[in-house]
Formats: sequence, structure tokens, C-alpha cells
Amino acid sequence: MVDVRAVDKSFGDGPDRIDVLKKVNLQACTGEIMMLVGPSGCGKTTLLSAIAGTLRVDAGNIQVFGSALETMSGGALTRFRSTHIGFIFQQFNLIPTLSVAENVGIPLLIQGVSASKALDRSRAILDKVGLGTRWKERPNKLSGGEQQRVAIARALVHDPPLVICDEPTAALDARNGEIVLDLFRQVARSPERAVIIVTHDNRIFPYADRIARMDDGEIVEVREQAHPQAPHFIHEHAH
Amino acid sequence: MIGLALKMLFGDTAKYLMLVAGLFFATFLIVQQASVFCGLMRWTTATIKNVGVPIYVVEERVEQANETNPMRDTDVARVRSVSAVRWAMPLYSGIQRVRLEDGSFKTVQLVGIDAASLAGGPTRMVEGNLEDLRLPNTVVIDELATQRLSSDPKNPLKKIKVGDAFEINDVEARVVGICKAMRSFTGGPYVWTTYERALQYTPSSRKMLTAVIAAPIEGMTTDEAAAEIERTTGLRAYVNRDFGNNPKDFNTATVWWYVKNTGIPISFGTTVVIGFIVGVAIACQTFYAFVLDNLKHLGALKAMGMSNFRLSMMLIVQALTVGLIGFGLGLLATSGFAMGALKNGQPPFYMPWQVPVAAFLVIQLICMLAALMGIIRLSLYEPAMVFRA
Repeated sequence: MVDVRAVDKSFGDGPDRIDVLKKVNLQACTGEIMMLVGPSGCGKTTLLSAIAGTLRVDAGNIQVFGSALETMSGGALTRFRSTHIGFIFQQFNLIPTLSVAENVGIPLLIQGVSASKALDRSRAILDKVGLGTRWKERPNKLSGGEQQRVAIARALVHDPPLVICDEPTAALDARNGEIVLDLFRQVARSPERAVIIVTHDNRIFPYADRIARMDDGEIVEVREQAHPQAPHFIHEHAH
Repeated sequence: MIGLALKMLFGDTAKYLMLVAGLFFATFLIVQQASVFCGLMRWTTATIKNVGVPIYVVEERVEQANETNPMRDTDVARVRSVSAVRWAMPLYSGIQRVRLEDGSFKTVQLVGIDAASLAGGPTRMVEGNLEDLRLPNTVVIDELATQRLSSDPKNPLKKIKVGDAFEINDVEARVVGICKAMRSFTGGPYVWTTYERALQYTPSSRKMLTAVIAAPIEGMTTDEAAAEIERTTGLRAYVNRDFGNNPKDFNTATVWWYVKNTGIPISFGTTVVIGFIVGVAIACQTFYAFVLDNLKHLGALKAMGMSNFRLSMMLIVQALTVGLIGFGLGLLATSGFAMGALKNGQPPFYMPWQVPVAAFLVIQLICMLAALMGIIRLSLYEPAMVFRA
């Protein structure tokens, strides 16, 4: 699980100093999708970056599946990210000159898996997200929703225990957002995996198991949802 | 990751082509200009190479092969008297005017050699016999002279042939042989005759001997023999190898003299430097733009766990790849230029192996500079920035 305790983070010095995270405590468990929500500038992306190990915090502890991120060296943290974390970015960040399957295989290549094995595994996971027949195509030939499905496949291809998702529907229209979240919930949710999604898109809140609300650098509320939205768009739209 | 790096590079066709074009032009400018410079410097030593003897003894103030401070005829005997010398012969070398059939004049590089031994004569005869130089009023000319001394140089049927005649300073010269020879620095063709006849072709003066050519005795090196000649006669004795680091080599001394005393190296060097600057400017600017364009993708790779080292290696692979391709194309274009130059006989072109090797290193240096700029930019990019849309 992910355990964030008393984390502080500020940017700038002196009068320009901004305290972005203030004694933040948060737990995200395996088998659940947690959404981190709140207004723009409340610190949710900073917290997500800290949990992802891409940003050092000023104080506090972040334990990700038993590993204390603040004690790791830069190199160890980089290796840890490559094996333990799957990333889904707001703008997809697919490399336009690579095929869909090659994009998906990148986390495996980073781990040192051979290109042919990476391609096999990429194609297998592309099948799961409904893009098995389009593995050779370039990302720019796909719609926004399809590109985000490729990004989901890329985040899951190396089977990471933690998936970090930054505003996954920000670049999608409402309908595509629902399709993607439906699919994401179906393929990403697993008893061995924790999923943290940062969003301010309240239309996708129903897909969360728990919602942590942030405001002004603090977690102000953590709410469990008894009946998260069941996947229903996948069969209708993904194929 | 090499495949990933190359796909990212080749996928951005416009920048890839711009990079290759920049490095292509840089390579072409550097190699072509350096080779023309080397060719020109080689032409300055043409007389030494065409005469082709191991030791060249000249007046003590002579610094390079195209400088003639006449010596006394008795200097031949003085050189012969040196115990380290196996043989020594007189040599005349000078520029003379030839009157053509149509009454026009051309300059030639006249070389007079010992009639008995024919030492210093051309080594690659194409037609005729060198021995026929012993006949009255005869000369051997090089292939360039067959065209240059023709009344209609563009008409192959009008080329000078064995048996044809012309006048050198109003004295008849009948062609008995045609040979291959390196072009002279002045552009005039080479004409060989005997030493005595060369003096007849030349307006007379008190001292006419240009040099004494010699060879060492068996068991003694040319350097040792040359040193012995200098010690015994007070004349300056040069050895004849090829351009290198031996200051007693006439080729080396001649080339360095032109490098130090003429504006030729500055002229060519400026173009080479421009080639370097063009390469740096285009390659660094374009590669940096390429990195900036891909920064969010590279940042995403960094966030996903790719180390700075591997990302740097990707950039280095990309830079070195365009460097190799640009260099290869540039060298190919230079080879095309070289074939044309060698076919036409000009401009001078000589590409020693050091030129392409140095150009390759320069191009790779440019690429490494370009990669370094990208690496610095990328290392400053925090992986967390990828979350900021």
C-alpha cells in the first residue's frame, strides 16, 4: 500500500515561499481506486508527484509497498519507478514516431526486456484495451480516447503494483472520458494494485472506491464510496 | 533503447534532414578544402617528386624546392668528393618560355639532367625512350605538355606527339618521349632535357647549376649522407622522402615554407573554420530544437524510470548517427569532386588519410557538442514537470 505521513512541500524562499503540501497524511490500499480531488492549485499534482517518486518532499515519509522513498538515492528511486509504478499522463505523452505497440512496450524496454518480448506483451495488453488490431499504427492515427487507452496499456504492461494517473479525462470529451474510465477500472483494478487518480472532473468520481479531497495543501476529507460505478461502456464502445 | 532512439530521430524527418544536411555541408567544406590545400602543397614539391632522387644538394640559403640560388658547376665535383656519396649529378630546374606553332608563348618547367646517367629523369614513360634524350635538340615532355603546348589544346588530334617540335627561347626542341609527371605549382608542364642542352635553352648567366642530385653509398642512410655533405661542402643537403616531421626533408621544408610565408593556409583555413562553424551552428541549433520538441516525451521516459545515463546515451546515439550519415554523404560528395578534379588535373586535390580522419573527429565533436546541449537541457528537466500539462 501507499502510506503518506506528515508530508510537507514548499516552493520558493522567503516572502515568495509557497507551502504546497502541509502535513499531508494519506493511505491508498491495494485493490482500490483512490481519487485525489480538489480545486486547481490545491496541491494534488504535487502530492501525486511525491508519491510517484518524481519529486522530493521537504519533510514527512512516503512508503510505497514498504519502500521509504525519502531514503532512496536518485538512482534507486529511478529504478523503483521503473518497476513499481505505472504512469498515465494528462496529455498521454505517447511518442508519435513509435507505433502503438512500441509505445506500450517502453516500460519493459526500460526494465531491460528484449524488444521482441516487449512487443509480444504489448500486443497482449493492447488486446485487453480493445486495440489489439491497431498495434502497428502511429498514435496520431488514433482518437483521443484511443490514445488514452494506449496510455493505460503502457501503464499496466509491466504489471506495476501502483498506477499513478494524472487528470486522465482532461483531454477527452465527456463520452470518451467515461469509456476510458470504464475500461481503466476494469483492467487496472486488481487485489495486488493500488491506483491513485488525480482529477477535478466530477463526472468520473463515481468510478472511485475512495475520494480524498484536498484544499490549500491539506487533505480535508476522505470519503469511501460503497458502490463505485460498475463498468458498462467497455462492451459497447471499446471494440 | 538504441532502436527507440533511432526511431525518434528518423521519425522527425524535417529535423533529421536538416541535421544531416548541416553535417554534410560541414564535412564537404572541411574535407574538400583541406584536400585542395594538401593538393596545392603537394604541387609545390612537384619538382622534387618528378626528379625523384634521394638527396638534393642546393645553395646554403635555399629554403624550399621552388627557390633557385644558382651554384657553381664545380659544386658537383665537391659533392662527388664526399666519401658518403655514391654518385652526384648536376641538375638544372627553371621556368622557360616555349614558342608554339601559332607563335604564342607558354611557360614550362625545364629540367636538365646528366646526359650520361640520365639521373633525375622521369620514371614513368608513356611513349618513346628516355635514352633518346642523348640525341641532339631533344626533349621529353609530360602528358600535360601534349595539351598545353598544342596549338589547339581542346582538339585531341592536335596534341603534341613524339616527333613534333617547338622552340624554347628560339632553340629547337624535338619531342622524343612522353611521360607521366606531377603538375608543377606554377601550372606549367614539365620538359626534360640534358643538363648541357638546358643551359643552351636558357639565357646564359655566370652560374647556372640549380642543384646537385646525389645518392648515398651502400650502408649509409640518406640522412647520414646529407649530413656528411653539409659538413664537408657547406652546401645545404636535403633528403627526399615525403611530407613528415623531418626538417631535413625537402618536401617537408618546402610545404612548411609555403605555410609560413604565403596566405594560402589562411585562405583555406578560413573556409575550413567556416565549415566547422556551419556544422556547429546548424547541428547544435537543430539538435537542441529536436530535444526541446521531444522534451515532454523524454521527460515522460524519465518519469517512467529511465535513468539520466540511458537518456543521455539515447541522445548521443542520435547525434552520432546523424554525424555518421552526414559525414558519409559529405565524404561521398567530396569523392565525386575528387574524381572530377583528378580527371581534369585541377584543382589540385590530395586527400591523405589524416584529412578524413580529422574531419570525422571534427564532425563527431560537433555532434557531441550538440548532444551535450541536449543532455544539459534534459538533466535540468525534473520528471515531476511531466505532470504539468
